[in-house]
Amino acid sequence: MTGTGALARLILRRDRVLLPLWVFLIGLLPVFVASSTGSLYPTDEARAGYIRDALSNTLFLVLYGRPTEPGLGALTSWRASTSMAILALISMFTVIRHTRVEEEAGRRDLVESTVVGRYAGLLAALLVTCGANVVLGGVVTLTMLGQDPSTEGALAIGAAWAAVGCLFAVVGAVTAQLSQSPAAARGIGGAVLAVAFVVRAIGNVNSETGGAAWLSPLGWIDQIHPYSDNRWWVLGLVAGFGALLAWLAFALAARRDVGAGIVAPRLGPAQAAPGLRSPLALAWRLHRGALLGWLASFAFFGVLVGGFAETAGKMLGENPALKEYMERVGGTSAFSDIVIVGLFSVGALGLSGLAISAALRLRTEEASLRSEPVLATGASRLRWAGSHLAFAVLGPAVAMMLAGTIGGLVHGADTGHVARELPRVLAGALVQLPAVWLLGALTVAMFGLLPRYAAIGGWLALSFCFFLGQLGALLQLPQSIMDISPFTHVPRVPGGELAWTPLIVLTVVAAAFVAVGLAAFRRRDVPVT
Amino acid sequence: MENAITVAGLTKRFGHTRALDGLDLEVRQGEVHGFLGPNGSGKTTTIRILLGLLRADGGTTTLLGGDPWRDSVALHRRLAYCPGDVTLWPNLSGGEVIDLLGRLRGGLDPKRRKDLLERFDLDPRKKGRAYSKGNRQKVGLIAALASDVELLLLDEPTSGLDPLMEEVFRQVIHEEARDSGRTVLLSSHILSEVEALCDRVTIIREGRTVETGSLADLRHLRRTSITAELASPPHGLAELPGVHDLEATDHTVRLQVDTQHLDPVLRQLTTFGVRTLVSQPPTLEELFLRHYEVTSR
Repeated sequence: MTGTGALARLILRRDRVLLPLWVFLIGLLPVFVASSTGSLYPTDEARAGYIRDALSNTLFLVLYGRPTEPGLGALTSWRASTSMAILALISMFTVIRHTRVEEEAGRRDLVESTVVGRYAGLLAALLVTCGANVVLGGVVTLTMLGQDPSTEGALAIGAAWAAVGCLFAVVGAVTAQLSQSPAAARGIGGAVLAVAFVVRAIGNVNSETGGAAWLSPLGWIDQIHPYSDNRWWVLGLVAGFGALLAWLAFALAARRDVGAGIVAPRLGPAQAAPGLRSPLALAWRLHRGALLGWLASFAFFGVLVGGFAETAGKMLGENPALKEYMERVGGTSAFSDIVIVGLFSVGALGLSGLAISAALRLRTEEASLRSEPVLATGASRLRWAGSHLAFAVLGPAVAMMLAGTIGGLVHGADTGHVARELPRVLAGALVQLPAVWLLGALTVAMFGLLPRYAAIGGWLALSFCFFLGQLGALLQLPQSIMDISPFTHVPRVPGGELAWTPLIVLTVVAAAFVAVGLAAFRRRDVPVT
Repeated sequence: MENAITVAGLTKRFGHTRALDGLDLEVRQGEVHGFLGPNGSGKTTTIRILLGLLRADGGTTTLLGGDPWRDSVALHRRLAYCPGDVTLWPNLSGGEVIDLLGRLRGGLDPKRRKDLLERFDLDPRKKGRAYSKGNRQKVGLIAALASDVELLLLDEPTSGLDPLMEEVFRQVIHEEARDSGRTVLLSSHILSEVEALCDRVTIIREGRTVETGSLADLRHLRRTSITAELASPPHGLAELPGVHDLEATDHTVRLQVDTQHLDPVLRQLTTFGVRTLVSQPPTLEELFLRHYEVTSR
């Protein structure tokens, strides 16, 4: 274990921006949920009504489990529980990034050739990640005290959040031992989280006391019941399981060589499949993993949109304060339509991540010099760039089509009007596309003109749109600033009028950005590193 | 016969750095041409301009009768390129990369591919991330060598190869030139490799051609440095032709000698009773130093 302290400081130094960022952003999530829930449902009576509606909707049970009490703290703990999955993912990825990624990059060899113990790297990554989660738990406790002053309840909800992060940090430590590839370690970890989520959902739907959810670590966290019966002994269960996993991680680490995994890497084919003969076929190989992940998420997102629209719309309608507010900003359209528009506009911001990251593949391939041998063959620059662009353009389109179709079918089945709802919900999904494309196209333009800044430019533009979309109305920013975001111009469909002009303008601007980017790329030096 | 590559007065700037400063290069059809220079002298930049990846700021470049920037795609079908640091896609196997690059060039000879895999002792089933530096280099080399093309552009292709594989590479290039009459531009900073393989050589330094010609032409540039411990104090060495920088202290002698005059010097040395002898071929650096000595006079 020699050198653990020095390595932990190295991790803190490398993550000095990232670590505080996620600790505070996620740590503040429960208090945001609490304050919005508190303002919409100010009394225990109102919250009891909310719980009745939630218990009658299977989707709520699947996503959040069973609410316990109408107290603000208890309801918040229940309502925010699904966001814990984000914390689980981040904690897992942080550990993997400081163990397996370091190893694949060959930096661990360098570090371990100095006076550093065999387990120091793994231990340091775990200590830092778990430490960050403890701080995060403290943030949750302190901020929640302001919303619901039960000390024990606040401590329990903070402990629950810290426990999730620590537990999945240890899961990450185990999966990092299994394979040589960081992507596989993340994939296995993500699969573990998904299984835990599904088992928890099945248990919560089928049984009032949890049932099968007791087989899932995420189910245990629900059973802590903060601000209700504060069952501290459940935390002991989590800690025990975590210790067991940690022991497993270190035992696996002891059995393998540095750089190797427990699972031997699989061999690939000795010869390429006959189809692997064009830049597009290569691009498919490089994009397909991420693309399938996005499509699966958006299929799930479609289920959410369709499943929530009716109930959430009804809940909106029952709340007079909200109803009045909604009528003021959104007109008198059906409440379920408002929910659909709102969810798709948030989904579109997320989907811009696919458009931007697919476009940035061009840059990654260039900067890693992998594009060079390809461009030195009969593949022209435009054909090569086009092969990746296809995924930036068609990927979001397929994802939105999937989400819209599934959302329409589910919402239609819910209301009994499939033929009426399917085209309306699908349209609601597809109107978002030009704005999504525009952000991808901006990234392509940057790639052509200022390749070194393409990544920063693309992600900054998305963050800016996100900021305007979420806080613009709240801060009462002038319309001229709001208009900078392409998402401001998306027609509010279904419910509103389908205006074609902004859609056409956004698409034309996106096409122009792509044309500029490609023209610049044809003329510039490659590679710019 | 027409040249495969003709470059005259090539210039290229990156911001404030002048990467190429009037470089000339002529590669004749069917020859193996050595392209020598220290790190950062502009070899890779030149090759990237020949590939149409970088656009030259000035000078003229003709490659296989075409303009490498304007006709890049058509020309790329007639050449194969192997970079000095091959990077692979982590999730593609070596065999897949070889096939893909070959097909993108317009096809590769399956018999030759198989033969090269055997000779370079490469397992094509491993994924890109699992290869060592040397094995990645082999993937790039086999992809280039198995292609059915007229011209090979090889940029320090043997970096990371073990001596055994370097020898295989030399044999393969010998056969290329002898049997298929392909033109090869081989950039390197390993003199012995260039000496073993190349018909003609171009030496560059700081983006400028400092010497070009056949190896025999360049012999005059070469010196071997000798350090010897002798049984009796030496004399008469300074008078021998081709001896430079003589330092004799009691029983030890240090000198440099033009390689074509090596024989008389050794003969003379043995008359004093040689106890130990260290003989070093000139490094590229010494060759350059020597060259500048000549031109500055």
